Amino acid sequence: MRAPQPDAEFLMRDTTSHPPAYTPAYKTSVLRSPRLALISLQQSLSEVTAPVFRADELGPLDNDLILNYAKNGMPIGERIVVHGYVHDQLGRPIRNALVEVWQANASGRYRHKKDQYIGTLDPHFGGCGRMLTDENGYYAFRTIKPGPYPWRNRVNDWRPAHIHYAISGDGWVQRLVTQMYFEGDPLIRSCPILGVVPSAEQIRGLIALQDIGAFVQLDSRAYRFDIVLRGQRATLFENHVQKSAPGARS
Amino acid sequence: MSGPTPRRHGLSGPSAAPGGSDPVVRRETASQTAGPYVHIGLAPHAAGFDIFANNFGPLLVDAKTKGERIRIEGRVFDGIGTVLKDVLIEIWQANAAGKYAHPADHQPGKKIDPHFRGWGRAATDFDSCVYAFETIKPGVVEGRNGRFMAPHVNAWIVARGINMGLNTRIYFSDEAEANAKDAVLNLIEWEQRRKTLVAERLAKKDKTGTTVYRFDIRLQGENETVFFDV
Repeated sequence: MRAPQPDAEFLMRDTTSHPPAYTPAYKTSVLRSPRLALISLQQSLSEVTAPVFRADELGPLDNDLILNYAKNGMPIGERIVVHGYVHDQLGRPIRNALVEVWQANASGRYRHKKDQYIGTLDPHFGGCGRMLTDENGYYAFRTIKPGPYPWRNRVNDWRPAHIHYAISGDGWVQRLVTQMYFEGDPLIRSCPILGVVPSAEQIRGLIALQDIGAFVQLDSRAYRFDIVLRGQRATLFENHVQKSAPGARS
Repeated sequence: MSGPTPRRHGLSGPSAAPGGSDPVVRRETASQTAGPYVHIGLAPHAAGFDIFANNFGPLLVDAKTKGERIRIEGRVFDGIGTVLKDVLIEIWQANAAGKYAHPADHQPGKKIDPHFRGWGRAATDFDSCVYAFETIKPGVVEGRNGRFMAPHVNAWIVARGINMGLNTRIYFSDEAEANAKDAVLNLIEWEQRRKTLVAERLAKKDKTGTTVYRFDIRLQGENETVFFDV
């Protein structure tokens, strides 16, 4: 009986697509970054499987940040739809991916007990949502455009307006956390967190573009943001060859 | 359209993907830090408010889950030994039979436990700084080339100051024989680093009679935890 190999494996992560761990311009990374090299391993079932999520685990307003915390009123700010596709590097749609998002309100204030920024809380805005991608890898949510806010990196650093994302995939190694920025925001050029992304192409990949084709008349504007997770392919022929080579079983 | 421009791979021969033409290998979307307010999106109760009817959290078991109940807990430290309060950890593991609840797991003779998905998420507590998971001890999973892996839990760690999620594995101190043969532990050439992946079984059970394993994570410096490039 053939030893079980993973059905699929994921392409080696291209570390040049990502910020390194140690990025002194983003000061908190200095003491929270490993100094020793990551140890590479070949993927097993632990790496290529991942939790499977179901639609019945989410509520009907979970992807509507305009309504999902509103008490008798509506949040203040610019109404927007944000949508796009989650695919892998080889173009496969990621179906039933869990997409979780969180953000500040229109004033740049987060609903978090540790946020002391003077911008006011909005009683009708929570700032989080979640959804599953469909069979085409498509997701969509509705929200209020977040405002920029100051943070204690250098004394006068300001984050550009952004929405945080956490995305699951078909395999554990695809799990990703990132941030989406908005086309045309002048704070983008001076942000130390966005600035540690190591190429202009990769920075562009984090900037959502205005999507006039999805504007809802007399209601909301829209932004398009696509996400690419690590590529998955069928386990290659070599693994079967290794199995029958002398001494292959260790 | 947003997203990275697809980059042509330059292949003119047979494709790497079955039945396709030349693959266009795009670049993975860049990672960014989860930031200090990660709880808002991933653990709203820890941020201080209630919003979702169903909350994902650190309890992986229900009354009918098969297996030995365990608690995995610990603290996370930075490079000068500061204990961190704003870290979020997720775990992914096999069930008590050693089966992952995922269609790619074809290990023969093992069944999915309908009362166990095997995934959980915990935030370090803002006061005690401790994170904790209530789960079951995973069974052994077949690894590559027919070797069994020692029982382990896969962990992913995100926080302010961490630009890309850190991957590690949690092994168990009472599985010394299996650990000694584990292929992944054995590929860590610095033997003294292997112990950073072994959770210590505490002598005393907790007040509910559950076995507790302690697993501290050191992001940098002395006894830095082994992190993997998966």
